[in-house]
Amino acid sequence: MSEAYPTIASLAERIRTKQISATELAEDGLRRVADNAALNAFFPVSRDLTLAEAKAADVRIAAGETSPLLGIPIAHKDIFVTCGWPTTAGSKMLEGYISPFDATVVEKLKAAGVVSLGKLNCDEFAMGSSNENSAFGAVKNPWDRSRIPGGSSGGSAAAVAAGIVPATTGTDTGGSLRQPAAMCGITAIKPTYGRVSRYGMVAFASSLDQAGSMAHTAQDCALLLDAMAGSDERDSTSLNSEKANASIWRAFSANIASKHPLNKGFENLRIGVPKEWMTYAGDLEGTRTDGIHMDVAVAIHHALDVFTNHGATLVDIPLPRTALSIPAYYVIASAEASSNLSRFDGVRYGHRAAEYTDLNSMIFNSRTEGFGHEVKRRILTGAYVLSHGYFDAYYLQAQRVRRLIAEDFQAAFEHCDLIMGPVAPTTAWKIGEKSKNPTAMYLEDIFTLGVSLAGLPGMSIPCGFGLNNMPVGLQIIGNYFDEAKMLADAHRFQQLTDWHQQHPGVKS
Amino acid sequence: MSFDPTALTQLAKLSSLNLAPATLSQLSDDMSSIFGLIDALQAVDTTGIAPLSHPLDTIADMTLNCREDVAVATDPVSALANAPETENGLFLVPRVIE
Repeated sequence: MSEAYPTIASLAERIRTKQISATELAEDGLRRVADNAALNAFFPVSRDLTLAEAKAADVRIAAGETSPLLGIPIAHKDIFVTCGWPTTAGSKMLEGYISPFDATVVEKLKAAGVVSLGKLNCDEFAMGSSNENSAFGAVKNPWDRSRIPGGSSGGSAAAVAAGIVPATTGTDTGGSLRQPAAMCGITAIKPTYGRVSRYGMVAFASSLDQAGSMAHTAQDCALLLDAMAGSDERDSTSLNSEKANASIWRAFSANIASKHPLNKGFENLRIGVPKEWMTYAGDLEGTRTDGIHMDVAVAIHHALDVFTNHGATLVDIPLPRTALSIPAYYVIASAEASSNLSRFDGVRYGHRAAEYTDLNSMIFNSRTEGFGHEVKRRILTGAYVLSHGYFDAYYLQAQRVRRLIAEDFQAAFEHCDLIMGPVAPTTAWKIGEKSKNPTAMYLEDIFTLGVSLAGLPGMSIPCGFGLNNMPVGLQIIGNYFDEAKMLADAHRFQQLTDWHQQHPGVKS
Repeated sequence: MSFDPTALTQLAKLSSLNLAPATLSQLSDDMSSIFGLIDALQAVDTTGIAPLSHPLDTIADMTLNCREDVAVATDPVSALANAPETENGLFLVPRVIE
């Protein structure tokens, strides 16, 4: 009855011209969820909840409202709490948990009129780069079901790539929006830290966690992110300044109107390319001897050519502490995780063990049964780096290195407007290939962690295919609050290329 | 850095986790390799560099966006709805005082 891979823009047009109702779209979306059950991207749907939201949207449409997201089906990463649907954060610890309130992101999108099809699978508490850490099974990559979709927002990326929904929400702590977007061949943006409220996002690492949007196009990402962003008094780290509250969509539209891509659309754009990323041959502790893989490097170079052929100039920039972002990130993220996850004690909510002898054994047994292996590993790592005698040597040292990494980015932005490079060193690997070796998995995050540590906005846009016909993502990094500019240049790139229009099964 | 089972057991205790003997040896290998990565931080000269806890502190003095400290009532029914066990509108835990 409809296009296989719709965008928000195409659906909004069909709603506006009364070719389709929100209820029909919701019914169609629920069918797509069922047809793609093998991907394991969605948690159980609730037909009644979805259709009630669709009906409410149809009432608003009938009353003449024309908001661009009204009636659009989307789905949320299961890290955002929702009143209706259970929220698990991919963990047995929260199995069956139903939040008494909606996350701010969910609330804002509901107000904008979106219709939620439900909740999306993710790595447990968003800890992972492959979605294999979900207590409810790995999500499969729609391009090749024997491969991982990336993580931790793996369900969010797979759902868009498979055409189930035109857009999804996700979160990024060390690359969890950008990396799965790259591996599934879709577009995603993680905004500046603090631009989107974290209220109602199950906390992993509070100084890094940031919500963002995923879709086929930069334009759709801009639309969704604009509706998610804004100051929130319920999150003390949400920013409240003129810059932080400025409309992303308005700035994006103004930027698009100012230049046509074919008419030297990238003139005056200076793109910084970190030479460490394009030649990186990290060999931390001998665990890996290769750097960015050749197939990924070729796709990135071709993407950069599109920019330079239309007026952009490339600038070599140094990001000398790229390799150090891995240890700095794993110390800080684990420390914050061990602190955040101490709230799970089997008393107020979450899993309680069936067998125990006293209060202590109830807490110990509940936590031991409720948390998965990777989560325990990070809690223990965090407890160690925060413990007496190691706090300064590990935790504070990691935060000092974090400052150096953030300063390296600021120095780079003196010489360029945007930074571009790979999202990940490789394309999506086989399910099970790296799950035995935690450090091999951590090294995959080398190009995304620094951006998270610095709190900068980052994007991934499809830019080609690597070995085995798997998608490659181009990372675009802007300075603080430059989301509209990044999205606009990504949009121009998408006017000149068709990588974002290639889909699993129908690649031309 | 290597994690012997005794150190790991102590860490597990601090984290309120039980570690079965089988997971203990697996975890001790994992943690040793993770700290193999993490120890690269020790070689960095950070003399005079202040720790960065809020990422945007590099560009501005960050003050937290705090609302006024006014108590907001919580609906006791929804607050207790997810509790594994309750009694008389309270969270129920095993007896702690004999």
